[in-house]
Amino acid sequence: MNAAYSGVPRWLIAVAAAGALFLVLPLAAIVLRVEWLRFGELITSDSSTAALLLSLQTSATSTVLCVLLGVPLAFALARTRFWGQRVLRALVLLPLVLPPVVGGIALLYTFGRQGLLGESLRILGVDIAFSTTAVVLAQTFVALPFLVLSLEGALRTAGTRYETVAATLGARPTTVLLRVSLPLVGPGIVAGAVLSFARALGEFGATLTFAGSLQGVTRTLPLEIYLQRETDADAAVALSLVLVAVAVIVVALAHRIQEGDAREP
Amino acid sequence: MRRPLRSTAVSAVVVLLLTGCGSSAPAAGKTLNVYAAASLQAPFSDLASEFEDSNPGVSVQLNFAGSSDLATQIIAGAPADVFASANPATMERVSDEGLLASPARVFATNVLTIVVGEGNPLGIDSLDSLADPAVSVVLCAPQVPCGSAAETLQQAAAVSLNPVSEESSVTDVVGKVSSGQADAGLVYVTDAKAAEDSVDAVPINEAKQAENLYPIAVVRPGNLATEFADLVAGERGRDVLSAYGFGDQKQ
Repeated sequence: MNAAYSGVPRWLIAVAAAGALFLVLPLAAIVLRVEWLRFGELITSDSSTAALLLSLQTSATSTVLCVLLGVPLAFALARTRFWGQRVLRALVLLPLVLPPVVGGIALLYTFGRQGLLGESLRILGVDIAFSTTAVVLAQTFVALPFLVLSLEGALRTAGTRYETVAATLGARPTTVLLRVSLPLVGPGIVAGAVLSFARALGEFGATLTFAGSLQGVTRTLPLEIYLQRETDADAAVALSLVLVAVAVIVVALAHRIQEGDAREP
Repeated sequence: MRRPLRSTAVSAVVVLLLTGCGSSAPAAGKTLNVYAAASLQAPFSDLASEFEDSNPGVSVQLNFAGSSDLATQIIAGAPADVFASANPATMERVSDEGLLASPARVFATNVLTIVVGEGNPLGIDSLDSLADPAVSVVLCAPQVPCGSAAETLQQAAAVSLNPVSEESSVTDVVGKVSSGQADAGLVYVTDAKAAEDSVDAVPINEAKQAENLYPIAVVRPGNLATEFADLVAGERGRDVLSAYGFGDQKQ
């Protein structure tokens, strides 16, 4: 820390403090609203634990899918050049800015019973309507861009020096990918996966529109909170705090990983 | 030159922030704030414009949302003059807080109906036919009014349904049926009527046994609020409401 010159004018600190307050105050409000005497009972009810378990399970599955699909996609976007690449990148990142309910409608008309692929899926004997698979699809749809975006950034920062050396030493592309590129951006992949997990955990709109809501099958924690709010505001607040806590852990984890990444030579 | 320019920019930002935060209520005339259950949107919009026509200078601000959201807002101090709820229990929550200026009175009723895809491809004709495991049925969750009505109806008719999904709003139930994801759903007659372009309705014989009552009450005392409640609960209100499928309690 250099005390002589902080590098920013004082008024900026004041505005920054207002910005931070704007983000932190609502979280403090949740903590203050929690009915601590009933907290344990509220978050351990059958419906709450079912929702939490379902959320963790589907978000973990979605994260695995995001890594499997997103890593190759990020490499293709960062390391190759092809016609329409810019358009593809824009389209891939679209779910970041789309309202989730739009994502849900889009998925409905793709994988729904009467959707684009619905008939083909039906012939194959697959019916994902109102199934946990539908939840995972919705979460993967909204979370995938996070992994692609953060990994593509990591790949561009890392550059291609080591890969070039490996290739001149006679390594085949697959060997270069597995032995050089992937280890190099490993922390980037983990950070992207953590972000995807967090996004999947918070998924609400697309799940509600596309997958439905049934305890233990499709009703994830955000949907449970939304429903509890109808009758038991205290339960909704308690569950919100659980979700906030999980999100804080996830963000802290991602931060640590990225810091560790930055400290590496 | 630079310094004044900068401070002007800063004050412009401050002014923007301040004006952005202030609420912009209509300046002229009187405003009547009516909080009404989302299902009342169509008839209340009609009645509100009639009310404005017969009371020059009065503007009716309609706030439509789920009944329990509205009750929560009113209890938290929202400036409602009139509250119309989709069930007596929600009205009671407001009443229990001592926030009603008039006793609540029932002005309309609503019953459940089955909605199916257009043309009723599965030939569903009764509540019993929804119990067939091959039929995928979507209900409202028991926590929301249309879901608790569906539970009452199942008990009254001695039918037990296994829904594939319990949605948190009627819109979501209709959406699942109109998109073909589900074969059938239970919603109110008025919802089915509003969505008649995309779904077909199949009446339920036992429907009357789970009739839903809509109470209205004055929250902030005032002549306009009382007059509006009278209009809704009166002859004219009944005509407008029945045009949208609502029932009359006296029938």
